[in-house]
Amino acid sequence: MYALKLILRNALRHKLRTALTMLGIVIAVLAFGLLQTVVDAWYAGANAASDKRLITRNAISLVFPLPISYRDRLRQIDGIKSVSFANWFGGVYINERNFFPQFAVDPQTYFALYPEYKIAPEQLKAFLRDRRGCVVGRKLANLYGWKLGDVIPLRGTIYTGNWEFVVRAIYDGRDTSTDTAIFFFQWDYLNEAINRMYPRRANSVGVFVLQIDEADRAAEIARKVDATFKNSLAETLTETEKAFQLGFVSMTEAIVLAIRIVSFLVIFIIMAVMANTMAMSTRERLSEYATLKAIGFRPGFLLLLIFGESLIIALIAGTVGCLLTFPVARTFVAHTGTLFHVFNVSSQTILMQLGAAFVIGTVAAVVPSLRAARQGIAEGLRAIG
Amino acid sequence: MPVPFSYSLRNLAVRKLTTALTVGGMALVVFVFSTVLMLEAGLRSTLVGTGSYDNALVTRRGSGAEVQSAVDRVQAGIIETQPEVMLDAQSQRLVSKEVVVLISLRKRGSDRPANVVIRGIGPQGMALRPQVQLVDGRMFRPGSSEIIAGRSIGERFAGAGLGETLRFGMRDWTVVGHFDAGRSGFDSEIWGDTNQLMQAFRRTMYSSVLLRLSDARAFDAFKRRVEGDPRLTVEAKRESVFYAEQSEALARFIRILGLTLSIIFSTGAVIGAMITMYAAVANRTAEIGTLRAIGFRSGSILWAFLLEALLIGAIGGALGLALASLMQFVSFSTMNFQTFAELAFSFKLTPAIAVQAMLFAVVMGLLGGLLPALRAARLKVVDALRAA
Amino acid sequence: MTVIVEARHLSKSYRRGEQLVPVLTDINLDIAEGEFLALMGPSGSGKSTLLNLIAGIDRPSAGSLRVQGLDIAALSESALAAWRAAAVGFIFQFYNLLPVLTAFENVELPLLLTPLTRRERREHVELALAMVGLADRAHHYPSELSGGQQQRVAIARAIITDPAILVADEPTGDLDRVSAADVLSLMNRLNTDLGKTIIMVTHDQRAARAARRIVHLDKGVLSDSDVEVETAVSH
Repeated sequence: MYALKLILRNALRHKLRTALTMLGIVIAVLAFGLLQTVVDAWYAGANAASDKRLITRNAISLVFPLPISYRDRLRQIDGIKSVSFANWFGGVYINERNFFPQFAVDPQTYFALYPEYKIAPEQLKAFLRDRRGCVVGRKLANLYGWKLGDVIPLRGTIYTGNWEFVVRAIYDGRDTSTDTAIFFFQWDYLNEAINRMYPRRANSVGVFVLQIDEADRAAEIARKVDATFKNSLAETLTETEKAFQLGFVSMTEAIVLAIRIVSFLVIFIIMAVMANTMAMSTRERLSEYATLKAIGFRPGFLLLLIFGESLIIALIAGTVGCLLTFPVARTFVAHTGTLFHVFNVSSQTILMQLGAAFVIGTVAAVVPSLRAARQGIAEGLRAIG
Repeated sequence: MPVPFSYSLRNLAVRKLTTALTVGGMALVVFVFSTVLMLEAGLRSTLVGTGSYDNALVTRRGSGAEVQSAVDRVQAGIIETQPEVMLDAQSQRLVSKEVVVLISLRKRGSDRPANVVIRGIGPQGMALRPQVQLVDGRMFRPGSSEIIAGRSIGERFAGAGLGETLRFGMRDWTVVGHFDAGRSGFDSEIWGDTNQLMQAFRRTMYSSVLLRLSDARAFDAFKRRVEGDPRLTVEAKRESVFYAEQSEALARFIRILGLTLSIIFSTGAVIGAMITMYAAVANRTAEIGTLRAIGFRSGSILWAFLLEALLIGAIGGALGLALASLMQFVSFSTMNFQTFAELAFSFKLTPAIAVQAMLFAVVMGLLGGLLPALRAARLKVVDALRAA
Repeated sequence: MTVIVEARHLSKSYRRGEQLVPVLTDINLDIAEGEFLALMGPSGSGKSTLLNLIAGIDRPSAGSLRVQGLDIAALSESALAAWRAAAVGFIFQFYNLLPVLTAFENVELPLLLTPLTRRERREHVELALAMVGLADRAHHYPSELSGGQQQRVAIARAIITDPAILVADEPTGDLDRVSAADVLSLMNRLNTDLGKTIIMVTHDQRAARAARRIVHLDKGVLSDSDVEVETAVSH
């Protein structure tokens, strides 16, 4: 208990120095947490994937479509409960900065396959009735102020021209990890227009979404699907939804890795700062530590004092940093528009932040405490700050 | 009369551990700052180098990337016969009608997928791109299932090495050569015969038309004509401008993310410098009193301490920059947001970046040292001496 | 009179780079229980080094040193620390109080190494502070005390565990004449009334007069002259 008293009072000796050090740690822990959350957000799609859904695409790449006629053959494959499909639209809303995913989907089947998109039944009915209707996520609606009945213009890039859709439904996410920034409309509407403009491109889909009843059979069913279409005009590649999403992440994995590395760099930066603080404080108190040793206290007691001071400063500041992560994350995501659809601070991130604070406090104290413990008493008594 | 420079310099050397730690923190921040700017510069230089100023690239109006564009044979034919198109020595039009698609390839080692650009080029395709040189093997034979790959693609992706085959469109394609595109975007592409590829992919339309202008200044006239022609639904850009625009989104992302991080990190380094300088002032209070008593003005004291802080910044900056320059040996590849295609680029250190990094470092030192230096300057001589 | 400190052929040298610098050479000294001894000599004579050896905060290079019959040079570091806690009280030139602790807490410090309860510790501390005349300043921090008062707190801390010997290194070195006199008279009382053995290093003549016996050191060697001093208390 005495040790604690000494530790606390020592920490408050140089209030400005301790305050600055804590500020630095708060910023570092906060930045670390935010960056880890950014990395988590990158994997949000993969984490939200269902293990009972498979995605079938053209084996060459996503750029190539699949014929819609595959649907019937897919339905007949054993293990597949239902089949839906979607086309990536890639349109522009006003200007390129407003990026959000847009899909032309099979209205009858798609939303049954994705129960995490919660749509009020009467809104879904309205959507099904209106060929030009669209279903938008709550986040998009809030961001752009869209309400039911609004007409949304999109400029096509893959399917060129000016398109208009009417908001018939707004969906909410079932979980916090559900993406509510997606724009869906009817595949039939798209197909009709393509039929008129580029007949050769009509009746093709981007991906098929397959619902299976047993998650364990995923690999087997995927193989079966691809075998069915081997040596046809459009060969397929079928994988679990999670693998499909991870494929996207891996395409930008260099960026993700860079962010991860940078997030640890900030910890190193602040570790240097805190090590400096502890080194300076210890040096100033060398004669006091020597006095304690002269009186008869063991080197272990000194270690306790120094590590204790370092850890208390680091952990208090670290906790503040953790607590601030939540409001800062909310502000951050509000200002990045549609860049991050899901941005949740996970409990694992908080644990890592606290762990980082612990490491900072520990490492910073190592050299100073060894120095104080090993120093000869006589020379310590002679030492002047 | 100013306090001698050596005073500031030697004081840094006296407290080695403290100086080292403070400088180290600064160096790490400058490292992050420089590396980010270098990555952005590398990206831009890769894409800028990808096109020629003398070439015009024609794509479908409003399409964005070549992958999304479609130009049918009739329109391509009209574009080909425009008067501004240059003729080569054999009086052939320097035009390449090309198809551009993405194929999903697996990276060697990790087996993870990435979208790689496959470009079908016309007979003038190589001539239109003088920066591209064959470095291994040979050119593909027109009309065959042979392809050539950028050297970086050959190294990183399974099936793209010399002599290896890729399978798509129900055919096997053999890689017969590797090319070096002078660190431009083409290094991340695979090229083949446009007609063969269009057949394999069941495409009837080209993606784009590339042509050389006989006079670079004629571009505006060319652009007006093709974009105003009622038979055409196209847009024309100088090839270099087209590819530079393709990097905008990614470059901006890197820049914003990187600068935000650098600023956040810099607060840590500034705090570190502040702590160090406050301690320096506190420990040398008697010394300051002595200097004042001797006759040095408070302004000189201010400057002496500020100089120490600036030196910490400068040394940290130089160290961080030196570390960052090592990144030039690292190559970076990721999917370009705008084209959905894999793009390899590297870190490029420019004189401008070096200057910006050093300025950033010195400013950090300044911010960290200002308040402590003011405190030192404001000490009353009497109080300072009494503290001895 | 029992001999409490027995030094035989004691030597100490320091390594400075390549050279071995001798600080003490062949010291032979007996200190009796209840003595008040002053170690004097010019600066660099090794008097502080000798004091450090006797106090167990430094180790001799050669020779033997017995305190209370115990060969302290042979003790391990942790045994030596335990011995110091019980047997030695320290008084330093610059008081060496912990600035973040009050006078009371500073005096209490050595008792933390004993099994006493909190209440027992408090009784001892109050007694010690009363003995040095600072009972009313118990909860002041060192920064709130004058030099003389701080030294008296240090003395209270030094005697709190009832140690066998008190070692003082230039106890009046940083004090004005009046405070110095107070401190010396206090030390004198500790010696005459409580029978404490005091070994003091000083180059202050006034301080030396407070002692009972003076021993001179020059260049690490004890001189033969061993002066008995008449007690001259209170100025």
